[in-house]
Amino acid sequence: MAGLVAAKKCITPLVVIKRLSSPEYKAQAAYHKKVVDHYENPRNVGSLDKTSKNVGTGLVGAPACGDVMKLQIEVDDHGKIVDARFKTFGCGSAIASSSLVTEWVKGKSIDEALTIQNTDIAKELCLPPVKLHCSMLAEDAIKAALHDYRLKQKDGKIEEVKASN
Amino acid sequence: MTQYYGVVTELIKSRELENDELRPLYMDFQATTPMDPRVLDAMLPYQVNYYGNPHSRTHAYGWESESAMEKARKQVADLIAADPREIVFTSGATESNNMSIKLLEGTIRQDTSLVSVMTVNNEIGVRQPVEDIGRICRSRNVFFHTDAAQAVGKIPINVSDWKVDLMSISGHKIYGPKGVGALYVRRRPRVRMEPLQNGGGQERGLRSGTVPTPLAVGLGAACDIAQQELEYDHSRVSMLANRLVRKIMSEIPDVVMNGDPEQRYPGCINLSFAYVEGESLLMALKDVALSSGSACTSASLEPSYVLRAIGTDEDLAHSSIRFGIGRFSTEAEVDYTADKCIQQVKRLREMSPLWEMVQEGIDLKSIKWTQH
Repeated sequence: MAGLVAAKKCITPLVVIKRLSSPEYKAQAAYHKKVVDHYENPRNVGSLDKTSKNVGTGLVGAPACGDVMKLQIEVDDHGKIVDARFKTFGCGSAIASSSLVTEWVKGKSIDEALTIQNTDIAKELCLPPVKLHCSMLAEDAIKAALHDYRLKQKDGKIEEVKASN
Repeated sequence: MTQYYGVVTELIKSRELENDELRPLYMDFQATTPMDPRVLDAMLPYQVNYYGNPHSRTHAYGWESESAMEKARKQVADLIAADPREIVFTSGATESNNMSIKLLEGTIRQDTSLVSVMTVNNEIGVRQPVEDIGRICRSRNVFFHTDAAQAVGKIPINVSDWKVDLMSISGHKIYGPKGVGALYVRRRPRVRMEPLQNGGGQERGLRSGTVPTPLAVGLGAACDIAQQELEYDHSRVSMLANRLVRKIMSEIPDVVMNGDPEQRYPGCINLSFAYVEGESLLMALKDVALSSGSACTSASLEPSYVLRAIGTDEDLAHSSIRFGIGRFSTEAEVDYTADKCIQQVKRLREMSPLWEMVQEGIDLKSIKWTQH
């Protein structure tokens, strides 16, 4: 019902041509519906405990570039990813890319997760060429999270999250 | 005072059509404006009844068309306190700008140059000190051009007081038709110009091509209406703008208005919402038509050059949204936009790693980010 308050009814003069069904309006919608879906119903938004030994955190991107993704994975003792969470500062395609990645890594082993390619993400979301960098950043994010987890396991102690240059 | 009345105004006043569909609220008045129905009423007779070429000298069709064109010219001139002989009709402000720059190439004196400044900026609404610039240019014998597309009909303009030599005017920014504009060319002291397009010598040789009478009439009517309603529109737009900004800023923290708070046109509001990216906010506000200074929404990946020029931090430049309020904006639309904006910014901040880090007390400037 809020939609009725919000939107303006469109009026055309009777003397001018009968209203067209405005096919252009439907076609121009800039986002693929999969991107919109991830945006409106995001999966796995949130945070895991970054101090935990089983959690790997990846923080990639830069505010100055308009894209920052934080991706966290929780891995069980058998090396399987049991939970994933993300937070993103970025456009709709960036949010969708990181949301999709958290869906994909759940249930995978660490090595399987490393095989996720940005091209798969872009294809799944039908990203236009100008948005391909969003999928690349999502791939970077998952790799960074896995790298952080590996470091934690190797050192056997808690490390702070830091983004490397 | 000219009264504009006809089929279009009548229809819009009386009833709506069946088959109307829900469309987004329009809050992008800097990009373009709908035609005022009164302007369309003024134009229609010249499309189907009085359709003569205004340059035809030998019959009544030409004479009545020319008369309408000259009346429109006077309406445009009155709005900026100029003489009608100083107005040249063009296809829009872009053409007017190009004609003005060509002046530089057409001059022969070595010390002549041209200063060109926007009167009101289209991205942040800031108004430049044109009176001071004009005074300085006049004292140094330098031509002064200003692109007044966003200023005409919105703030009072006087080309003599401002000492402007050339001024670009755009039809579709002031509720007039698209495809028409004008260039003001000062007569005293004379500004000599080279034409951009040559042909039959119309518009005193400065711009050949048949003047499109219906469009010129539309521009004239738009200017006339703007002059009559300037004060009322200005105070109404100010009121709505204050309402929007105050509502948003009272509900959510870390919102910055870009551009000088005093020297501005109130109807153009550019806000940066920290820790939220502009394009994602536009997507969230999909039932409101807005635009953003964020890189994602431009074809290149560069953020707004205007925001960069005024020294805005890059991350805030990516977080900016422009709200445009105009003659037909209503309180309900402004309230809805403000409420939706507040709600969505809160939601997007919950999804933002930057907001999370700030809440934890981390200074974002101290982090070494990965570059891509």
